[in-house]
Formats: sequence, structure tokens, C-alpha cells
Amino acid sequence: MDFSNTEEQQMLQESVQKFVYKSYDFDTRNKIIATEKGFSDENWELFAELGWLTVPFQEEDGGFGGSAVDLVVMMEEFGKAMLVEPFVATTVLAGGLISEQGSAQQKAELLPKIMEGKLQLACAYAEPGSRFNLANIKTSAVADGDNIVLNGSKTAVLNGSNAEVLLVVARESGAATDTTGVSVFMVDATSAGVSIQAFANVDGKKSAEITLKDVSVSATARLGEAGSALSALTAVVDRATLAVSAEAVGAMEAMLHKTVEYSKTRKQFGTAIGTFQALQHRMADMFIECQLARSIAIMAAMKLDGGEDATEKSKSVSAAKSRIGKAINKVGQEAIQIHGGIAMTEELDVGHLFKLVTAAEIMFGNTDYHTERFASL
Amino acid sequence: MNADFTAEELQFEQEVREFLQNDFPAEYREKVDAGIRLSKEELVHWQKILYKKGWAAPNWPAEYGGTGWTATQKHIFATEMGLIGAPEPVPFGMKMVAPVIMAYGSDEQKQRFLPDILESNVWWCQGYSEPNAGSDLASLKTAAVRDGDEYVVNGSKTWNTYGQYADWIFCLVRTDNSVKKQEGISFLLIDMKTPGITLKPIVLLDGHAEVNEVFFDDVRVPANNLIGEENKGWTYAKVLLTHERTNISGVPRGKRRLAALKRLAKNTDDGFGGTMLDNASFRTKLAELEIELQALEYSELRTLAALSVGNAPGPESSILKIVGTELAQEMDEMFVDLAGYHCLPFVPEQFEDGFQGEAIGPGNSAAAALTYFNNRKLSIFGGSNEIQRNIISKAVLGL
Ligand SMILES: Cc1cc2nc3c(=O)[nH]c(=O)nc-3n(C[C@H](O)[C@H](O)[C@H](O)COP(=O)(O)OP(=O)(O)OC[C@H]3O[C@@H](n4cnc5c(N)ncnc54)[C@H](O)[C@@H]3O)c2cc1C
Ligand SMILES: Cc1cc2nc3c(=O)[nH]c(=O)nc-3n(C[C@H](O)[C@H](O)[C@H](O)COP(=O)(O)OP(=O)(O)OC[C@H]3O[C@@H](n4cnc5c(N)ncnc54)[C@H](O)[C@@H]3O)c2cc1C
Repeated sequence: MDFSNTEEQQMLQESVQKFVYKSYDFDTRNKIIATEKGFSDENWELFAELGWLTVPFQEEDGGFGGSAVDLVVMMEEFGKAMLVEPFVATTVLAGGLISEQGSAQQKAELLPKIMEGKLQLACAYAEPGSRFNLANIKTSAVADGDNIVLNGSKTAVLNGSNAEVLLVVARESGAATDTTGVSVFMVDATSAGVSIQAFANVDGKKSAEITLKDVSVSATARLGEAGSALSALTAVVDRATLAVSAEAVGAMEAMLHKTVEYSKTRKQFGTAIGTFQALQHRMADMFIECQLARSIAIMAAMKLDGGEDATEKSKSVSAAKSRIGKAINKVGQEAIQIHGGIAMTEELDVGHLFKLVTAAEIMFGNTDYHTERFASL
Repeated sequence: MNADFTAEELQFEQEVREFLQNDFPAEYREKVDAGIRLSKEELVHWQKILYKKGWAAPNWPAEYGGTGWTATQKHIFATEMGLIGAPEPVPFGMKMVAPVIMAYGSDEQKQRFLPDILESNVWWCQGYSEPNAGSDLASLKTAAVRDGDEYVVNGSKTWNTYGQYADWIFCLVRTDNSVKKQEGISFLLIDMKTPGITLKPIVLLDGHAEVNEVFFDDVRVPANNLIGEENKGWTYAKVLLTHERTNISGVPRGKRRLAALKRLAKNTDDGFGGTMLDNASFRTKLAELEIELQALEYSELRTLAALSVGNAPGPESSILKIVGTELAQEMDEMFVDLAGYHCLPFVPEQFEDGFQGEAIGPGNSAAAALTYFNNRKLSIFGGSNEIQRNIISKAVLGL
């Protein structure tokens, strides 16, 4: 048994830490969020140069190897620094979907561009009434000669306003929650009939609501076989779920660290507030939560990398998301409470970490959803 | 034991209900329901409606224009206000400074300030906290030095709620450095238009500048704005605090929000063909909240019963503050739960008065996370919940 990072993982971790130290302090991040695009092209190019964009991909696709443990190591660091660049949206979700579901030709055409940092993508799966059920797809895909016509609305499309290509999940046959009949189509974001409402999420990341009205694409825009996309989508969303869980683990560690440090310097009643046992025990509990959260993220990553069947993999991801969700509430709320009023302001980073983990708790299914999914699998 | 209202009390309840149905403007009610903040003008307008009815200040003695109601009547009124979503008058004038003026102010001060508070002509804000004096309020440093007929005030206050709307601020200031910290504090009323006062807004996590820093730079304040005696301010402020710990549980508002949660759950898809009201874990949490609310309601009624036979509110009322605020925060989590993906967009402008753009997300779902963030304040201010627990362990349990 060995839980230490490999040399490669260590290098990856240090590479992110070095970048954050040099180029991603809190003020810089705020300036990036304030731009219309909401992330930095320059950073994205650098991520490509540093090889980070290859991490989620298999070696045969030209990637770093696609290990979930590598992804977790990297995402924890992203979480600590609250990176807003669309890494999960473009590489883990959209790139992952192309790699799982795309034909050899589609992969050869698109994956290198993603890894070189030359293509922004978004994956449009959730719909206003679908909540967290991936199979609940009402957006329709209807054949019209050699073309397919798409109609429907998509919600919470991460990176939706910056993507050049949207991967639209749509239904070709069956009823709204059937597990068959679902396909994925590549849609040029500028196509007629696509309307995009852009905004930033509470964690600063860009997102969009998208409507598709009689959007016509060629049948060759379909990834893989007709009606077969749901299991690939499930596997990819599981991986993205683990990625945001790890991001939350990093953010929680940062919150714990900042809270403990603050409690040593903030004085009330003539003494540092960290000397009050009422607060000490709660920081000890935050520490315990952080450790459990980290452990279960690692467990899920190891299972994804191991030989378990698909159900077992999904189950371990739900276990991680559920347990980390519980930690998020505890650690996030205590970090604010123990700081007092100062943590309520936009000017202090701890409140932004709180917002990040709040969003992470919801992304790809909240705590209750994943607890129920764990029980049902 | 008996928790029933008398026939007169039931009739009073009916009267309050009818008044609120008819006179709380429907337009404001819609805004409150949609999570949109009422503007200063709207709040003042509503307070003036209450004033015309003679109900602006239920807690004031009748001689100053209060209602002369019994404790039970006050409770009924607060309940009906909460159930319909009508905002209580902004507390800083009516609930915070006025009782101090009544108890310790001069006759001249009473005549000068109280009628304008009652009529909502003047907006007050509270200048207690400082950057380094939060829970340990008595360590405050903002100094007032006597110079002839004036005090010269220097220093800074922070966390001033709605200071941007305020005409006057009531402050705790330091007038003596040579004694125990509690014994060198005075209670001073300051006109916000006085030269040397500057305000800097503080934007909170929900994107709204609800609070401010206030800086005092050689601000000259007439000495007759001092309340009572110099260096007695801490005593005045503390006496006030123990009287303010009623109606803080937020039970009526909690009931209203619970009903809203149920309605919303019934209209929220669970993604599998049903609604969230059918979802077992959601139902369980909803039931737990409702049960907690009942336990809190009866705790409040017991406090009230003690009050109505003349006992002063004791430190037990800290229970109401702790449980009420934590319950409110759990409800916020439930709204976030229900909204799911739809509470992720950070669009605070959508919930400001006069928003004209294209709204994002169904209903006011995008307000759920904002309210969740903003209401973290509930367990921090008004004596943090840690301080309240300290009060219980010291004053009730004798630890
Ligand atoms: C939104 C908002 C609005 C406000 N509006 C106003 C206003 O209008 N006017 C005004 O004067 N003030 C206002 N306040 C200030 C509020 O009263 C203070 O925030 C509060 O007193 C806590 O002080 P602090 O924030 O400095 O936290 P601190 O006192 O620094 O406390 C930090 C943490 O230490 C804990 N702690 C402190 N002492 C102890 C102890 N002895 N034992 C155990 N734990 C302890 C606290 O509970 C908290 O968790 C507002 C605050 C907020 C957030
Ligand atoms: C003893 C005392 C001490 C106070 N000390 C301070 C202080 O230090 N600093 C300060 O700023 N203010 C203080 N206040 C003032 C009080 O908190 C104000 O009501 C508040 O600041 C005004 O904000 P609001 O009207 O926007 O919000 P509110 O109307 O109070 O509520 C804001 C949001 O919170 C929700 N909410 C609030 N309470 C509940 C609840 N119990 N149940 C369910 N939902 C709830 C509402 O739905 C709403 O969305 C004090 C009040 C008292 C009585």
C-alpha cells in the first residue's frame, strides 16, 4: 500500500503551485473575473505549454495518461487558488466525451486542438426540468434528410458563452427519462437558432443558459452511434464530479488554513480568539472533515483507475460527492462563522472559497442526490 | 396551563389580519415574495402607513405614541406581520435608539427626536462596532473629546447597516481612557451631515453594499447630543440589549418561509418524473424543520408568558436568538437545495429594485444562494451565537 504521490504527480502539483504563486493571487483572479470573457487566454496558453491540458487524456490519444489520481492532485491545487479557467468544462467534460464517444476521426480532429489550447468547448446536458438526472433529456434531435434538427433548452452550461463548439445532448428516440435514444451533437456556437445567455456563477466561473431553435446540423456532427451516448455521458460526468469534489477538497483545506491563521491573530477580550476552546474544537472538527473528504476523494480516484465495473465506479464517485458535500457545509459555514463579520465581505478571499464550495456542492448533483444514487446502485 | 387566546385577543388578531390584508401594499408584498429588496422610499412609505394607523411602535409606552398593547397583543401583531411578509420597521430608530432616549434622554432630547422616529421622518443607524471591537464591543476606541460646548469625534466605525440611508447615527464613543474600559464609554447622537464624516460602502458576498465603514475626522458634535451622563454609555446600551431580546426568534417569518418551501417543492421537478415534495430525504428535512419551529414557537410563548406576568426577559432568551437564526439558516440551505443548478448564477442586479433586463433562471431561484450567503450574518451579529452560548453557560448554568 502506498498513498504517496508519484514523481510525476509531485511535479504536476509543484507546477500548479508555482504558477499560482507567480501569477494567480487573489487580486489577479478578481481582475480576470471582471473581464467580459471571465478567464485569461494567456493563462490558457500557458496551461497548454505546461502540459496541464493533456492530463485528462489517454496516452493513445496523445494525452498524459488520463489517471483520475493525477486529476485529483491537480484539481486540489486549482481549488486552493480558485482558478476560474474552464479546465473542467473544456477538457474533462467535453474532451472526455469526445474521447469516450467520438469516432477515431473525430478524436483525431478535435483532441489535439484541445490539448494545444486552441479550442474551447462546452457540454450542454442539463435542462431546466432535468434536475440531476442525466437521462432526463427533452431536447429533441429529429432527422431531416442528411441533417438533424435540434430543439430545446439547456441550463448551467459551464463555459457556454466562450465555447466555439457546443456538445449538445439530445434525444433521438424514446420518452424523456429513457436510458436509450440519447445522442451528442457537435454544434457550432454561432449556428443559426442558437441563443446564449451568459453570466458568471457564484464561484466566478462563466456559464450560460442556451436555447436551440430549429438548429440544423449535419448527421456527421453526431459523436459515435445514434442513441448510444448515455453510458459515455455518465462515465464522463462521474469523472467531472470527482474533479469538482477534489477542487472542493483543496478549497476546504485553504479555508481551514486561513481560519486557523486568522484565529491566531484576531484579538478580542485581550486574547487571540483561537485561545477560546469553543472555537478550538470546531477547528479540530473542520480538520477532521477535511481529512475525511480528502480520503474519500482518493478512494474514488483509485477506483476509477482500477479494474472495477462501471457501476462500482459510479458508486464510489457518488460516495465521494456525498461525503464531501457534507464536509462542505460544515467547513464552509464554520470558516465564515469563526472569522466573524470580516468573512461576509467581498474583499476577503475566504468568502469566495465559501462560494466556490457552495457551487461545488451543487455541480453534477448535490449531496442528497448522490446519497440516493449511492443507495440505488 | 393554557396557550389559547381570549375572545378579545382573537378579535384583535382578526383586526390586525384585515388591516394588513388591506393596507400592506400588494406591490411590496410581491417584491418581498420575489426576494427583491424594498427601497428606502418604500420602507418609509410602509412605516408611515403603520404610523397613521397608530401601530408604528408596539413596544413604546403609550405616552410616547406607543400602542399600550399587552405582551400577547404585541406577539399577535408580530406574528401577523411575519406571516404576510410585511417588514418590521427598521429597528435602529424605533427599537434601538428610542428606548435609550426615553429612559435616559433629557426632555428636550425626547421632544426633539422621538416624534420624528415615530413618524419615520428620520432614518437612524447604529454605530457600535469598530474594526477591532466586535464581540468585545467595550474595547471600542472612537474618541470624543470635550471642547467647550462640543465634542470632537475621531475614529472609525464599521458594519453600519444601511448607513447610506441614515440621517443620524447613535454611537458609543470613548470619553475616558484612564478607567476600566466599560466605564469610559458615552452614548452620543450625531447628525450624519456634520462635516468630517465619510462613508465607505462594504460589498457583501451577495453583491450588495448593505453595510458601511464610517470615518470621523474632527467631527464637532454639540455637547447637548450626549445621552444622560458622560461615561455611562455602556450601562445604557446594555440595559437596552436585554429588553431587545424578544421577537427575535423569527417564528412567523419561519412559518411563512416553510410554507414557501412546500409550495416551491411541489413545483420543482425531481428529474425522475415526480416533484421534490415526493423526495424522501427532502420531506424528512422539511418535517424536521417544522418540528423545530414548533419547539421554538412554544419556547417563545413560554418567555412571553413570563413577560406578561411582569418578569424581565432573562438570559434564557438567548435560546431564541440561537435557535431562530440557525433555523433560518437551515431554511436557506433548503432553498438552495430546491433551486439546484438554478441558484448558481450570480446575478444580484436581478433582485435590486427597478431591474429591467432579461431574468436568468425560473422565478427567484437565483436569489437562493445570495440569501444563503447573506444570512450567514444572522449568527454573527446582534451578539454572535458563540457569545449567546457564553451567556447561557455563565448566566443560566452558572459555569
Ligand atoms: C451584515 C452585518 C451587519 C452588521 N450591522 C451592524 C450595525 O449596523 N451596527 C453595528 O454596530 N454593528 C453591526 N454589525 C457588527 C456585528 O455586531 C459584529 O460583526 C459582531 O459583533 C461580531 O464581531 P466581529 O465581526 O468583529 O467578530 P469577532 O468578534 O472578531 O469574532 C470572531 C469569532 O470569534 C468568536 N468569539 C469572539 N469572542 C468569543 C468568546 N469569548 N468565546 C467564543 N467565541 C468568541 C465570535 O463568535 C466569532 O465567531 C454587523 C455585522 C454584520 C456581519
Ligand atoms: C437585539 C438586536 C440586536 C441587533 N443587532 C444588530 C447588529 O449588531 N447589527 C445589525 O446589523 N443589525 C442588528 N440588529 C438588527 C436586525 O438584525 C435587522 O433586522 C437587520 O439588520 C435588518 O436587515 P433586513 O431588514 O434587510 O433583513 P431581515 O428582514 O431581518 O431579513 C433578511 C433575510 O433574512 C431572512 N430571515 C431573517 N431572519 C429570519 C428568521 N428568523 N427566519 C427566517 N428567515 C429569516 C429573511 O427572509 C430575509 O430574506 C439587531 C436587532 C436586535 C433586535
